[in-house]
Amino acid sequence: METVFKRTPTFKDKPTHYCPGCGHGIAHRLVAEVIDELDIRGRTIGIAPVGCSVLLYDYLDVDIIEVAHGRAPAVATGMKRTNPDKIIFSYQGDGDLAAIGTAEIIHAASRAEQITVIFINNAVFGMTGGQMAPTTMLGQVTTTTPQGRQASGEGYPLKISELLAVLPGAIYIERCSLHNPAQIRNAKKAIRHAFELQINNAPGLSLVEILSPCPTYWRMSPAKAMEWMETEMTKVFPLGRLKSFEF
Amino acid sequence: MNERILMSGNEALSEAAIIAGLDAYFGYPITPQNEITAYMARRLPEEGKVFIQSESELAAINMVFGASATGKRAMTSSSSPGISLMQEGMSYLAGAELPAVVVNVMRGGPGLGNISPAQGDYFQATRGGGHGDYRTIVLGPSGVQELVDCMPLAFDLADQYRMTVLILADGILGQMMEPVVLDKKPQRKLPPKDWALTGAKDRGQNIVRSLWLAEGALEKLNYKLQAKYKQVQQNEVLCEQYKLDDAQIVVVAYGIAARIVRSAVDRARAAGIKAGWIRPITLWPFPTEQISRAAEKMRIFLVVELSCGQMVDDVKLAVAGKAPVVFYGRAGGGVPSVDEILERIEQLTLPEVKNVHKSVSA
Repeated sequence: METVFKRTPTFKDKPTHYCPGCGHGIAHRLVAEVIDELDIRGRTIGIAPVGCSVLLYDYLDVDIIEVAHGRAPAVATGMKRTNPDKIIFSYQGDGDLAAIGTAEIIHAASRAEQITVIFINNAVFGMTGGQMAPTTMLGQVTTTTPQGRQASGEGYPLKISELLAVLPGAIYIERCSLHNPAQIRNAKKAIRHAFELQINNAPGLSLVEILSPCPTYWRMSPAKAMEWMETEMTKVFPLGRLKSFEF
Repeated sequence: MNERILMSGNEALSEAAIIAGLDAYFGYPITPQNEITAYMARRLPEEGKVFIQSESELAAINMVFGASATGKRAMTSSSSPGISLMQEGMSYLAGAELPAVVVNVMRGGPGLGNISPAQGDYFQATRGGGHGDYRTIVLGPSGVQELVDCMPLAFDLADQYRMTVLILADGILGQMMEPVVLDKKPQRKLPPKDWALTGAKDRGQNIVRSLWLAEGALEKLNYKLQAKYKQVQQNEVLCEQYKLDDAQIVVVAYGIAARIVRSAVDRARAAGIKAGWIRPITLWPFPTEQISRAAEKMRIFLVVELSCGQMVDDVKLAVAGKAPVVFYGRAGGGVPSVDEILERIEQLTLPEVKNVHKSVSA
């Protein structure tokens, strides 16, 4: 019999600690597949954030560093500048990248650091128990917005990709989603493109924002979470390429 | 380069770091250490090495974290308020066991303080500074040549023990110019950096981390760190002693304060007072044994700092009640004169004062 599907080697054969219906497992696999397809495992260094995906090294079989909350783009800068031949990527959630690490991502992009950023937006702080993130939707109930997020007092969902896209040093920005198989395939294409740009020494930062479900802290079934992403989240966080780079 | 050249402390330490094999410097502007960033910005590109002006001290220390994790020699520098911001990164460096060199050209505090020289960051430097049960090696040079000599030592110590080495200088040391010889090369035979993140080519995955959730795992790491720190305490203490044999009074000071003390003690000797000094060069590990030995002879200890009294605690711990320990310091940018210190020495060695101190210590 012909094998039509197999686990990509960089994705470890290990049950994850993620909740049922979480998107991290899918996003991890996409990154692993891209690393194997591009044959860059031997020169790739990953950066794990603080958040649910802090244990990234348990699932991806590449060299990985775990760093302080939000500081991944600064750590990536230190790595890439001293090792221009290595492929450096950070994998960061929305608390990590869009709250505490806003300065680091903006300045890494501003300096046109040649790194790849995988930005997981699930509109909530997961690991700490479901608090409001900068990306939390208006009206969304979290432990720190028990009445639902109100624009007055709690502000608006922060659109990091749109912010970054205006910076000349951010050369490729795309927002994808994991809410159905077609979108997952598209997210993989975007991740691959972001890595390819770095491999080809494109002169700046690439970021792929991935809308990802958190059924546990959205208080929804996994199926309902996928539906909510498609119908609600994509209205606030529209999918598509915000910035392109041509050689 | 073997000739003597005139350089400021900030520039001399920068060149010494480059000679010591610095691969990358990351820094954010703050007075009184801006000559370091300017020097590095000019010199490192000439050497084909990396200079980045970071967006903050948080970013600077994390750039060091990243470069160091790949096995490169990396450093940053700042002054007191900026070093406070770096404490998070220094705690992570300790947890992840990464080597790093950090220079603190201390200024007056607390808060924004001022830009005058001070030694008010001793507690922060020698007690770890950030969160968690860890240590950093702290060097307290007292002149520009010693700053220069500290740099290769700092990088070697950092690599050997996989620790942060903090150079505790101050605004005077950073700014003042002295003749220096820039020929110090790293001396030590160092272990290979087989833990470094270089891409998992033809080997298993390397992980650099400081999170240990499994029961007992973090406790184990802590004991491993403590064993390492004990080794540092046993092997790396540096201190200088002067005329202790017959001294009735021992003045303890580090860094720029020790330079002033040296003159005061010489003048006291010229006036017939049996004075000596001890100058800790490593502030952690602290020369506890050397001070303890000196205290066996029931002398008076005078501790002089550019602070309201921080190192004096360590001196008291070392003396352990065997002799009186008196403090004199100036803070917030104030610098004691030779006369001020000499006056204290004279007061403390008057026969009736010595008796008072004996009765106090008894």
